[in-house]
Amino acid sequence: MSKNGPIALVYHTLFVTFMLAPILVVCFVAFTPEGYLSFPTDRWSLRWFYAIGRYPEFISAFWRSLWLGALSSAIAVAFSVPAALAIGRHRFRGRDAMTALFMSPLMIPHVVLGIAFLRFFTELGLGGTFVGLVLAHIVIVLPFALRLTLASAVGLDRSIEHAAISLGASDGTVLRRITLPLVLPGLVSGWALAFINSFDEVTMTVFIAAPGTETLPVRMFLYIQDNIDPLVTSVSAVVIAVTVAALIVLDRAYGLERLLVGRSVDGR
Amino acid sequence: MKSTPYLLSLPALLLFGAIVVIPLVMTVLLSFHDWGQYKGIEPVFILKNWHEVFTDSYFLEMFGRTFRIAFFVTLFAALLGAPEAYILNRMKSPWRGLFLLVILGPLLISVVARTLGWALLFGGNSGLINKALTSMGLISAPLPFMFTETGVIVALTHVLMPYMVLAVWAALQRLDPQVENAAVALGAGPFTVLRRIVLPQVMPGILSGAIIVFALAASAFATPAIIGGRRLKVASTLAYDEFLNTLNWPLGAAVAVLLLVALVAIVVGASRLVERRYAQVFG
Amino acid sequence: MSFLSLEGLSKRFGTHTAVDGLTLAVEKGEFVSLLGPSGCGKTTTLQMIAGFVEPSGGAIRLEGRDLLAMKPAKRGLGIVFQSYALFPHMTVAENVAFGLEMQGVAAVERSKRVGETLELVGLGAFTGRFPRQLSGGQQQRVALARALVIRPQILLLDEPLSNLDAKLREEMQIELRQIQRTVGTTTILVTHDQAEAMALSDRVVVMNHGRAEQIGPPHEAYERPATPFVANFLGRTNLVNGTTVRPEKIWFATSGLAGKVRTRIFQGNHWLYQVETAGGLVTVIRQNTGEAMPGEGESVHLAWDGVPPHATRGEVSAKRTEGS
Repeated sequence: MSKNGPIALVYHTLFVTFMLAPILVVCFVAFTPEGYLSFPTDRWSLRWFYAIGRYPEFISAFWRSLWLGALSSAIAVAFSVPAALAIGRHRFRGRDAMTALFMSPLMIPHVVLGIAFLRFFTELGLGGTFVGLVLAHIVIVLPFALRLTLASAVGLDRSIEHAAISLGASDGTVLRRITLPLVLPGLVSGWALAFINSFDEVTMTVFIAAPGTETLPVRMFLYIQDNIDPLVTSVSAVVIAVTVAALIVLDRAYGLERLLVGRSVDGR
Repeated sequence: MKSTPYLLSLPALLLFGAIVVIPLVMTVLLSFHDWGQYKGIEPVFILKNWHEVFTDSYFLEMFGRTFRIAFFVTLFAALLGAPEAYILNRMKSPWRGLFLLVILGPLLISVVARTLGWALLFGGNSGLINKALTSMGLISAPLPFMFTETGVIVALTHVLMPYMVLAVWAALQRLDPQVENAAVALGAGPFTVLRRIVLPQVMPGILSGAIIVFALAASAFATPAIIGGRRLKVASTLAYDEFLNTLNWPLGAAVAVLLLVALVAIVVGASRLVERRYAQVFG
Repeated sequence: MSFLSLEGLSKRFGTHTAVDGLTLAVEKGEFVSLLGPSGCGKTTTLQMIAGFVEPSGGAIRLEGRDLLAMKPAKRGLGIVFQSYALFPHMTVAENVAFGLEMQGVAAVERSKRVGETLELVGLGAFTGRFPRQLSGGQQQRVALARALVIRPQILLLDEPLSNLDAKLREEMQIELRQIQRTVGTTTILVTHDQAEAMALSDRVVVMNHGRAEQIGPPHEAYERPATPFVANFLGRTNLVNGTTVRPEKIWFATSGLAGKVRTRIFQGNHWLYQVETAGGLVTVIRQNTGEAMPGEGESVHLAWDGVPPHATRGEVSAKRTEGS
């Protein structure tokens, strides 16, 4: 493979700068010692990180987002596993339509989902409740969980299970000792990808969260709508740090490329 | 067993039936209901909202803006992202993975945080780049960015760029590197290889990336809300206003349903076109 | 009564008939190969014996008992899969122990038998490794050990050597034969490689389009093929006046069928000739004994046993088997 020329490298540098600049600027400004938006020039300060402590609604929104992400992703994975086994290993009537339905939250604008959930939950008396948030988040993260569980279900060599059966294993034993352990990496990464997407979701959630059930992105969004000050940059910096940490773990454990491009383990 | 796949997918089917299909149908019905300042929502079947959406020039302008923004975001993402994916693909092992992480990683970082970054860089008089440029005497007045379409387009291009790089990258992975070498061996220069060999093969990737970026740009909410502000409305921010400020839910539902229908039509139509165009080569 | 019998076994997938009334009797301790090109129904037959494919018709009996009435997990067959199908999340020892565990064999007895079997296949030192840490040949041996350790009534081998390179494949053939002789397990091998089938089996079943074209010892099938298909599949043949002559049975003589050497290819232990004759191309294989051989363009005469040279002026056609 030939090397990139100098022009390509200059272009690459500019591109990476473009991608990183807005993220880095948020992180830098978060360390400003001043009371207004500015780069920390001669001195770095953690005052705006301490300031978060004086805004309990940010703290509680942070924990709520963590719980919401963990819970809805776990439930989404639980729903995905049998569906992935069905779609990945059987040919049946309605299979494509079913896959399209489960993947549809990726294509339906989140604003439409937000409106639909707002209307639906209000009718059910679930408007602005945590239960409503969980239900809605299960739906929007399920495609991510399904995609990775599906990849591992498809990548699984059927003859491995046949081998276990031929050695006398019952259906339950095959599932417990062979199938589940082999799809586990897919489940864990599916959960992680679902978690990140739930943790970041704002468009749909802004419709269905009430003042007592705001998630962190929603709180940040509403705060920015009113005014932009260094406080929101320090909150954003924390969110970025959490996501980057999760990303690095995911990259080491599963490979970010595989996670996002979605190729099966050995390409078979 | 014939029924096995159905039994396995039953839980997810029930879930989606209950909390995706029913709410969406309710939303479509809602768009036909009446609404009044004092009477609230009246469950009748009228075309008032749809008539308003289709005849009022305000909505025409707003949808025009929405799709204009989506078009330019898609264009810039393709023009900038495809070459970068190609460069990335030619990098050597540790750098390749690292920069892939750097470029695709932002996909998973909060949209609010990323948009905030653009507001910090260019926002009004306090925007850091504007301030720097003004103090250096390069510009006399701050570059207009906040509350402009340009600002929304730039920030959205940044937000959605990873999808384009991802799609082109995936297409490049399917490319046999020997084919490029074969072309070189036949006497093709680097530019010819790029234009005649690489580009035609990654075109389906660019187009599928474009479809994703367009759909997400046209339905984007947080970025146009923060950069565009209250004056520069797009479809989703307008729907948000109708729902949570004006409280005219039926009208908001009509806007949202129209956005959904338009997007589904565009995405399905474009996908069909792409598939038909490339089915013979890559079927 | 034979040990394993397939009686009129059939399998149809929609309108396609994969296996068409196959009848076969296998004796205890016998090594039988199902041999044929891809799509001939040999793998489907194996899958039906294993229980992963349900027959459309016919019966399978093991010592007189109806095998089809038993669940795949209860049939007690040892299977070596083409992909080896090792459990990637278990060590070599755990892989081999799995079947014993399913039988409820006590831990002490289990580890003893696992150790013995791994010694048998020459992997005594690899018990703690994971499959991905092994070479293809070693993985193959683990798969064999895992199938043998449960002392199966029948060992089913599904193209077990096709993922190995040529040299290793030959070594494994010899080893497989020795191990099968040692343990004496009745074995059914599915393969598309006629050399492998002939090297290993007591009898071969040459299959085509779901039917058995010939069932018999390898030597007999090679020397006296029942059909043109068998003749071609088991090796190169020349069809002369309606009778087949193997290329290695033809020699260069002072008189006989006149011809001219078109190509001569040196293949190490033998020479491969294409000779142009009045009737067409004849393939000739001669052992490399070190003596001088006719070169390209030379005029030669061809002779072979059983057929007087003057009777060979008729139609001659040469055929080649795929992959040989």
